[in-house]
Amino acid sequence: MGNMQKDKMRVCSTTGLPVCLNAELFIKLNAVFGVVALLVGSVAAILLALTRWETVALLNPLGYYQVITLHGLNMLIFWILFMEMAILYFCSTTLLNSRNFSNALSWGQFGLMAIGMVAVEYSVLAGRASVTMTSYVPLEAKQEFYLGLILFAVGALLGVVNFFGGLYIAKRDKTYKGAIPLVVFGALAAAIIAVFTIVHGALVLIPTWLWSIGVLENPPDAAWYRLIWWGLGHCSQQINVCAMVAVWYFLATLTTGAKPLNQTVCRFAFLMYILFINLASAHHLLVDPGVGSGWKMWNTSYALYLAVLASMIHGFTVPASVEAAQRKKGIGGLFGWLTKAPWKDPGFAAFFLSLIIFGFGGGITGVTLGTHQINIIAHNTLRIPGHFHVTVAGGTTLAFMGLAYYVVPLIFRKEYPLRPLARLQPYIFGFGIVLMAIGMTLAGSLGVPRRHPDIDFTGARIAVDMGEAAPFLAMLGIGGTIAALGALIFVVLTVWAVFLGKTNKGRAMTSWQTPEQDRVTKSLMSSGWNPNEKGLKPKGTVVLTFIFLASFAVYYFSNWKALVDVWPVK
Amino acid sequence: MSIFNPPVKWLEAPHGYERVWIGIALAWCLVLSAAMPYWHFKGRQTSSGEAYTVTPADYDARVTRFVEANQVDTRSGLPVVQAPPGGDIYMIGKLWQWFPILKLKKGVEYRLHLSSFDYQHGFSLQPMNMNFQVLPGYDHVLTLTPAEAGEFHIICNEFCGGGHSTMTGLIIVEE
Repeated sequence: MGNMQKDKMRVCSTTGLPVCLNAELFIKLNAVFGVVALLVGSVAAILLALTRWETVALLNPLGYYQVITLHGLNMLIFWILFMEMAILYFCSTTLLNSRNFSNALSWGQFGLMAIGMVAVEYSVLAGRASVTMTSYVPLEAKQEFYLGLILFAVGALLGVVNFFGGLYIAKRDKTYKGAIPLVVFGALAAAIIAVFTIVHGALVLIPTWLWSIGVLENPPDAAWYRLIWWGLGHCSQQINVCAMVAVWYFLATLTTGAKPLNQTVCRFAFLMYILFINLASAHHLLVDPGVGSGWKMWNTSYALYLAVLASMIHGFTVPASVEAAQRKKGIGGLFGWLTKAPWKDPGFAAFFLSLIIFGFGGGITGVTLGTHQINIIAHNTLRIPGHFHVTVAGGTTLAFMGLAYYVVPLIFRKEYPLRPLARLQPYIFGFGIVLMAIGMTLAGSLGVPRRHPDIDFTGARIAVDMGEAAPFLAMLGIGGTIAALGALIFVVLTVWAVFLGKTNKGRAMTSWQTPEQDRVTKSLMSSGWNPNEKGLKPKGTVVLTFIFLASFAVYYFSNWKALVDVWPVK
Repeated sequence: MSIFNPPVKWLEAPHGYERVWIGIALAWCLVLSAAMPYWHFKGRQTSSGEAYTVTPADYDARVTRFVEANQVDTRSGLPVVQAPPGGDIYMIGKLWQWFPILKLKKGVEYRLHLSSFDYQHGFSLQPMNMNFQVLPGYDHVLTLTPAEAGEFHIICNEFCGGGHSTMTGLIIVEE
């Protein structure tokens, strides 16, 4: 069966799954760098939140632009991609009962990404690259900024190649029977999207870098840059979506014993991500010159919204699988499966909050803002970060935090300290993010721009006053601060656990759940039950999804109504 | 289990509630898809992206000629330009202002040309909150009809360097 050498593997004392020690090393290295990035990004987040909160107005404009560059890159690129690399190592080894494909490739992956990250951090912190994350030409950063990003991307590509290699040797050595597990399938979808994301990155950043060192005389064309950059910028968010959904399935199984109702449906939904999500870069170009209405509508509708359909399918199948598992444990009622869920397990809490925040917040706002004509009243306002903080922070980041509450005890084999605080952490972070995103969305509806340090336009020739947005910016400031503190609590607890935590080598991890919850979940995981049995029908999920659809319709059509009220334009 | 290998024969059609939900979700996605072309033909707001390539220097010269021919006043040190009703009107974003101030008539359709002399800018007309991207090298044409009289501010909502937060402009609409 397995192809791991005896001296290069161990058996997990909690789950009984095999762990490749080489892969374990790279999971640890990548996770540590990811958490460092989260730390830097969180400190930056507090500075930004306290700047936009008009009463505090902490940073001056130049400091604000520098810190927003730092925040975007650490959160969206470094934290998330390092965590995704860790997930790829885990999926291609432990879940396939197989060894790491190539240590040389893995060192290349980690080394290049680490060097790239350090180069970019230096560039931004030294004030040599205050160009924001998108670095739209002809804004110019110093060369190490572009070079660092290129090295980081090449490193990520090596990680993806190593993952594909891992799938190949597992198949060749017949380490498993039949198809790969669903979580690995989700990771595979993420890896495939990563390939064309990174190709876009190379296409756009290499000429920009050559221009920054004087080899090319002129910067790339501004419209071309935007088109290709968003092939990097938006597609990379779809890697996050895929990875997040895979983590949802993983944590659902681990924390409740859930089983997908129908593997075909889940896999088909991942396949639709691969096929249709790459068109999403068009979302950023909806009010751009040079691309016409037909192009915008076709691409915005994701070729008939098939990627949105995929998310709506996952949005049903994930909670439905949890509900079926809970019902199998004998929990009845319409929402008993939720009220009696293991909410004190931070793995479950983070996963389920992530699902709700991503679906209700991120999904609904994303589709609405990404509608061709509605984008006119949203582009580059605070509504945009209001949307992506509930996808990437409230969704992906929160899911990855939930994952960490299992990765640290199972892979690092260290226990979390201050467990009551750890149990509370997902709620603090989730609450802060939601409060902030609502503040951003409301302020953005009043026209407040993103990437802008104030609303009194100090120093402008023509005075503009947006004072009516001040209460919403206060919400942004308070929510953002709470969220950043939630993230910092996570960082402190995780670093503490990894370096000073009690080891659990040789025994099962201390469960986050009550002994009773733990026992029924484990027995469910080891039994061959059928989630489609009679009496397990996910009625509660049906109600939830209809509430979701109703909220979606209300938000969507009220935006069309708001659009009617602005000046005619074409 | 999503972390274990599925049964060897895992291919099966969806059934029960799951099947119903997929159908409803697909129908909703079709509504979303139909809404945009519907609005394109029936609605009055869209971004058609009409644009022509132009060098920043040429565009700047065009704006200068437009201002020289039509200036009626000066305000905050900027020329106020009374545009010919229904004609082509020009504005340029440059570090860090929207130039010039435009004076328009309510209910009249204009072809508003927008471009940048330097970096990328974001044309954000307030308080309607209408937003369009402005790029160097592209003459972005909006066919725009002011629907109400008054003074309307423009801010820049695309980051354009150190003075970005001070970049504002003005459109005056008369009855």
